[in-house]
Amino acid sequence: MALRILYFAALREALGVSAEDFDPPAGVASVSALRACLVARGGVWEKLAAANVKAAVNQRMVGGDASVGPGDEVAFFPPVTGG
Amino acid sequence: MSAQQAAAGEMLVSVQEADFDVGAETASLGDGRCDVGGIATFIGLVRDANDGSGVSAMTLEHYPGMTERALGDIVEQACARWSLLSVRVIHRVGRLQPGDRIVFVGVAAAHRGEAFAACEFIMDYLKTQAPFWKREETTEGARWVDARESDDTAAARWSAAASASKG
Repeated sequence: MALRILYFAALREALGVSAEDFDPPAGVASVSALRACLVARGGVWEKLAAANVKAAVNQRMVGGDASVGPGDEVAFFPPVTGG
Repeated sequence: MSAQQAAAGEMLVSVQEADFDVGAETASLGDGRCDVGGIATFIGLVRDANDGSGVSAMTLEHYPGMTERALGDIVEQACARWSLLSVRVIHRVGRLQPGDRIVFVGVAAAHRGEAFAACEFIMDYLKTQAPFWKREETTEGARWVDARESDDTAAARWSAAASASKG
């Protein structure tokens, strides 16, 4: 079962994708490993490597060590600017 | 302490395109109760200039679902820190123009100190934790608003204050 990945704001615009279903290779079990996998696509995807990119798993902001698994909703986005 | 009192009051969070009525929202925080000693409110507006450029409009993008959850978590944290009687948070999304209201935070408590502090805490955390993004239309074209380091500093001082009061 794949992961659902969402992208927001400037990142969504740069990647040209707002959401995708992604079946990560075996052994990819953390946010940072998943991110490395996506960055490896090259080109615009290298933007995901930027230090300020934030991540959420199942709608909670998390660090790179957080685990990800089948059926999770993962989101990548720039620092928030509401208020 | 606060958890029980918080549960007794109304803690409401809304994310909406529509404008809100400041008077009605403020009044609702104290309606029907006689234990409220003070209500602190903050209203955020769209400015017509930012970082040296004229701003003609802005569009607020958000992460539906996570936004409501993040705002709810922030209110919950505020209720754990202070004795609050009712809290109302409204954040608008979509396209807004200079002078439009963006955000409303209202906090009712028995005393002003708690109301003022919790209102500021909620705004500081909202700025750094709630998934909203602003895209401005300026005289130089459209651009995504950059996060400010001062917002991180403002939010961080609350955790510094917590460790100081514990120690």
